[in-house]
Amino acid sequence: MTWSTFPVDNLLCRCLGISITVWWTFLFVFIIIPAVFGVSFGMRRFYMRTLLKIFEWAMLRMEMGAKEKNQELYKPYSNGIIAKEPPSSLQQEMQELRGSAGCLRSEPEFEMADIFYFCRRGVESIVDDEVTKCFSAQELESWNLLTRSNYNFRHISLRVTVLWGFGVLVRYGVLLPLRVTLAVTGISLLLVLTTLVGFLPNRELRSFLSEKVHLMCYRICVRALTAIITYHNRENKPQNGGICVANHTTPIDVIILANDGCYSLVGQAHGGLMGMIQRAMVKSSPHIWFERSEVKDRHLVAKRLGDHVADKTKQPILIFPEGTCINNTSVMMFKKGSFEIACTVYPVAIKYDPRFGDAFWNSSKFGMVNYLLRMMSSWAIVCSVWYLPPMNREEGEDAVQFANRVKAAIAAQGGLVDLIWDGGLKRTKVKDAFKEEQQKLYSQVLVGDRSQCSDMNHLAVKVHINV
Amino acid sequence: MGSSSSSMDHIPNAEELMQETGFSAAHLLRLYERFEFLDKDQTGELRPEDFGAIGGLALNPIGDRIISAFFSPGQETVDFPSFVRVLAHFRPNGTNRTRNGTQQEPVNSRTRKLKFAFQLYDQDRDGKISRAELLQVLRAMLGIQVTEEQLQSIAERAIQEADLDRDDAISFDEFKKVQQVSPHPQTPTKETPLHPTEGGR
Repeated sequence: MTWSTFPVDNLLCRCLGISITVWWTFLFVFIIIPAVFGVSFGMRRFYMRTLLKIFEWAMLRMEMGAKEKNQELYKPYSNGIIAKEPPSSLQQEMQELRGSAGCLRSEPEFEMADIFYFCRRGVESIVDDEVTKCFSAQELESWNLLTRSNYNFRHISLRVTVLWGFGVLVRYGVLLPLRVTLAVTGISLLLVLTTLVGFLPNRELRSFLSEKVHLMCYRICVRALTAIITYHNRENKPQNGGICVANHTTPIDVIILANDGCYSLVGQAHGGLMGMIQRAMVKSSPHIWFERSEVKDRHLVAKRLGDHVADKTKQPILIFPEGTCINNTSVMMFKKGSFEIACTVYPVAIKYDPRFGDAFWNSSKFGMVNYLLRMMSSWAIVCSVWYLPPMNREEGEDAVQFANRVKAAIAAQGGLVDLIWDGGLKRTKVKDAFKEEQQKLYSQVLVGDRSQCSDMNHLAVKVHINV
Repeated sequence: MGSSSSSMDHIPNAEELMQETGFSAAHLLRLYERFEFLDKDQTGELRPEDFGAIGGLALNPIGDRIISAFFSPGQETVDFPSFVRVLAHFRPNGTNRTRNGTQQEPVNSRTRKLKFAFQLYDQDRDGKISRAELLQVLRAMLGIQVTEEQLQSIAERAIQEADLDRDDAISFDEFKKVQQVSPHPQTPTKETPLHPTEGGR
């Protein structure tokens, strides 16, 4: 190679050349090659552990700083606006209020203090109510060095501020470009390879290769987000000819699940880049995309889904029955449509760890691009996926009951709260029936109804209302 | 969410409010965001309908009464300082700091809480809970689950127990006495049922 005659330019070029080469080598060797073969060096877990230690240290410093300045930190659970009670039933709380051991009474006995219970519940819901909470990001006890998730960050401690500044540099200067590069690589590979595979004439070869291609590209995308996923109970993985249902927090759920298995996706056909990706994917494996006009036609939807599951060679369908993104602290009502199809349902619970980055997509606050940017500039996306044993609709159970049963199983496994509210009604007009239920519970305390004395464990009103 | 979206500058008289109510800056900020969220049409003040939109409050049998506790008599709107002052009654007790070493009673003392509860009963603010007012509250809490006779007998017993000066109404002092007298065998020195232990989730 002949060098140019200008030494400064020469030096600059060399530096640039070397750094780019190093960058790409690093990318290739440590990230893309393992992704292609499905191998992992364990670097991401090490990164996760280190981050946790840093967060703990930062929290300690903030507490020290707050003590010095005689201020208080806002911690949603241990130092909130109102002293929070652990959720318990109306019966239990009333008994505590009255200090009585027995719950059998011969006559209704009212005490003036009973109003305190309703008063406190009411004020709690003014400060923070269940439905709104589901649609806004979860509040954290300790800070994770992201400004977006903290009320306490107000220059309490110099060291923490410096650390935060350094964190911003690392996240936006190093991690973000790296991730964007990976994402672009992953998506373009997906487009190119699925189209190529689609040209193959042999059906078996095509489905075999398409599986490999899909998995590979999703693995690259997972690394593009620095997603650290733990899969539990993989023996329950969805099989062909079934439907996989999961709780919905973010569009990234698809990538998280597809990283471990091949699914057929269901959705509306979009235009633009999304549309291109959709069309490319369909060439090599069967996905179900609906035109906008077809979405309204429930029979058509049901028929296409039914046809798909009837064919045992096709991959399981992935459906999110909540219909909208919820913030991963609770599970909202499942729409019954996917439970009406006669086949096995494989429930999956996904739980994100909010300490590293909030995965929830608040679609009213952020558009897609803004959201992806936030995702890629968080520390990491850490989540756990549980595959639950398959469920079938039982005799005499209708679709709604079946849906509720599946929802309860998912909520129990993922440690999420099982709510009665419908995700579509973000601002619910509460029905009078709910108020009546509260009144009924209270009157039972007064009258000392024997049958209710044993174990009404949860106040959440399990009223079966077809919303 | 978080300090990037709003800052203390938006809150009028933040320092005074903090002193008066005992909330810290972080708590105040959190409350301000909640206030803004509830204020759907961004007028800077809340109306009863804004409260009514909260699901958990709408299913509370005494929800309307709690809402009207925020509004001073004759007023139709609530601004942020008033909102915070009412909520300050429920601040957890362990975080009392006397900023200027005053002798006055902290906002979230037991008496203030009892006063708040008393006012839930005493809607006409005449300082006494009449039989009619007691009946109204009972009806709200029990709905159609008990008969009229049962309701009357419950109210009768409650007044007999509490009304010491035999004026057929319960004054605030009598109300306070009733709270202290009720037997609490398991929790002898429990301060008040409004201060649940710090049992976080």
